[in-house]
Amino acid sequence: MSFVSVRDLKVAFDGVQVLHGINLDVRRGEAVGLVGESGCGKSVTWLAALGLLPGKAKVSGSVTVDGQELIGASPRRIEAVRGAKIAMIFQDPSSALNPVHRVGRQICENLRLHRGLRGDAARTEAIRLMDIVGIPSANTRFDLYPHEFSGGQCQRVLIAMALAGAPDLLIADEPTTALDATIQAQILDLLSNLRRQTGMAMVFISHDLGAVSTVCDRAAVMYAGRIIEANDIKQLFAAPRHPYTRGLFDAIPDLDAGRARLSLIPGTVPDPKRLPQGCAFAPRCARAGDLCREYQPELKEQTSTGLTACFHPIPIGSANRQEVFA
Amino acid sequence: MLKFTLAKLARALLTILLVMSFAFIVLRLSGDPAQIMLGPDAPQDAVDAFRARWGLDDPLWQQYLAYLKQIMTFDFGISMRDQSPAIDLVLERVPATLALTIPALLLKIAIGIPAGIYAALHRESIADRGVIMFAIFGFTIPSFVLGLVLVLIFAVNLGWLPAGGQDGWEYAILPIATMSIGGIGIFARFTRSAMIEVLGQPYIRTAMAKGLPWREVVWKHALPNAAVPIVTLLGFMVGALIAGAIVVESIFSWPGIGRLIVVSVANRDLAVVQCVLLVIAASMVMANLLVDFAYGVLDPRLRHGHGAH
Ligand SMILES: Nc1ncnc2c1ncn2[C@@H]1O[C@H](COP(=O)(O)OP(=O)(O)O)[C@@H](O)[C@H]1O
Ligand SMILES: [Mg+2]
Repeated sequence: MSFVSVRDLKVAFDGVQVLHGINLDVRRGEAVGLVGESGCGKSVTWLAALGLLPGKAKVSGSVTVDGQELIGASPRRIEAVRGAKIAMIFQDPSSALNPVHRVGRQICENLRLHRGLRGDAARTEAIRLMDIVGIPSANTRFDLYPHEFSGGQCQRVLIAMALAGAPDLLIADEPTTALDATIQAQILDLLSNLRRQTGMAMVFISHDLGAVSTVCDRAAVMYAGRIIEANDIKQLFAAPRHPYTRGLFDAIPDLDAGRARLSLIPGTVPDPKRLPQGCAFAPRCARAGDLCREYQPELKEQTSTGLTACFHPIPIGSANRQEVFA
Repeated sequence: MLKFTLAKLARALLTILLVMSFAFIVLRLSGDPAQIMLGPDAPQDAVDAFRARWGLDDPLWQQYLAYLKQIMTFDFGISMRDQSPAIDLVLERVPATLALTIPALLLKIAIGIPAGIYAALHRESIADRGVIMFAIFGFTIPSFVLGLVLVLIFAVNLGWLPAGGQDGWEYAILPIATMSIGGIGIFARFTRSAMIEVLGQPYIRTAMAKGLPWREVVWKHALPNAAVPIVTLLGFMVGALIAGAIVVESIFSWPGIGRLIVVSVANRDLAVVQCVLLVIAASMVMANLLVDFAYGVLDPRLRHGHGAH
């Protein structure tokens, strides 16, 4: 059985639906990527699962952790899951730490909550965690404030905080997006290593398929509040079936070739208030036909491992990107 | 840190000096104390003697320099009316004013801040709307209108409380109520928006995501951050402890600083007016220094002289 199971998760803000029924499983120890352009609902999916959305969000569906339902559960039950079973780190590490508390104290708070450590014991363990995540001279930096840390180091602190609860699953929501390229690589390395050492599962949220491929075993691609393709990472790379996935691949910066983006998908993500009828990607898709503009394609098994929501998936083995985009 | 403190102090003294100079010049250009003190029918030689006695015939700049020199030695002049040291007249009135403004400030804090926090935590609830309405009412209605309305209701119609004077604690109730209602509204609204702003910050989500109960998120993570803007407002209010009662003291004939300045301005009792302004300016400047100090305590990013990028 999967550790976390998301079923038909829907979220609406002020009557505007932004998630249209997400189904996703995370098994113990595996690393799942969640990919898609900004605004397609990656963050909202996991914020909803952990009850972290503002009160105006209407959430329905089911999220179970170890068989225990989270949607509609009492605050106490959700609090018992947060940090202990599922930890989360965020996109903008500098603003994700409380500016008025010392960094060490913020880590100690996790240790008190999840391991009952206080005082010197908490301090010693917090410094050990800061060491593990690669913060130099942790002993002296324990007493500094977040504004005295760089963005990359703030993210390391957040990772240390997450580790404090020894979670079974770490949700990393675009953990490197706000960081410099070299720091990005270091943080990705750190996350991969930690996962290997602790055996925790990870959901790696990113708009960058390249980063996802270095960290994850499999990935789900989201578009406009739906998962439109899911597969293990090798197959996804070898044969993306959904034209949108294919577009994301073509947008991976090819630094070796000395070029930036090869191509961008034409057009923009639709506003959740004005979703087109049928497949939400149809207006940007060269393969779209009348059917696509009329009906919503279901997420269906297309290969032994993969699911795709497309009436006209790209045939396996097709190498010609011209046929995908006009 | 020391350098920073000294710079702050120098600025504070400069502010006081500017206020005093401005008051000095405006007062001297706006009417002749001799005429007012002695009356319009006073004989010319009495007026001349008065002007000579108070140095009013010297050129303005000479009077000004003399005044500065005087202040430097902590001599704040003599009241033209009472012939006694102006500073004594002023300090004598301070307790009466503080007897109104301090309870009023405590009420504003004790009611306004919790109301604002509650409203922020229960947005769009009936209580929240009630707080917003009270706040708007509180700071749109001028205090002289509010004071008169309260007098009409509680003194004239119901006869529960005295309409003015100072002869026991019940005389303070209406003035304090008049002063605090607006301030409660301002505190409530300010606190509410500070809390709402803070509750939307990413670090609040981090605190929730670590499994902290909501109470602790509010107390340990939201409030310490919301305290910074609230302290700014608090600083204004503390600075106004002495000057904040002018209107209300006049309505309720309360013998405090406010009444003193109104009467002294009317009499052109220059030394007293200047002295009151000096005390007011000093209290505001002091409140400012306290706020600056509090900022450093509350927010490490605003601490000066160490380790900031
Ligand atoms: N607090 C919120 N209030 C209103 N709309 C929101 C809120 N959070 C997210 N949304 C909307 O939900 C959609 C999905 O957002 P999000 O999950 O943050 O996208 P991303 O895939 O970039 O993480 C977007 O259209 C966004 O505007
Ligand atoms: Mg996001």
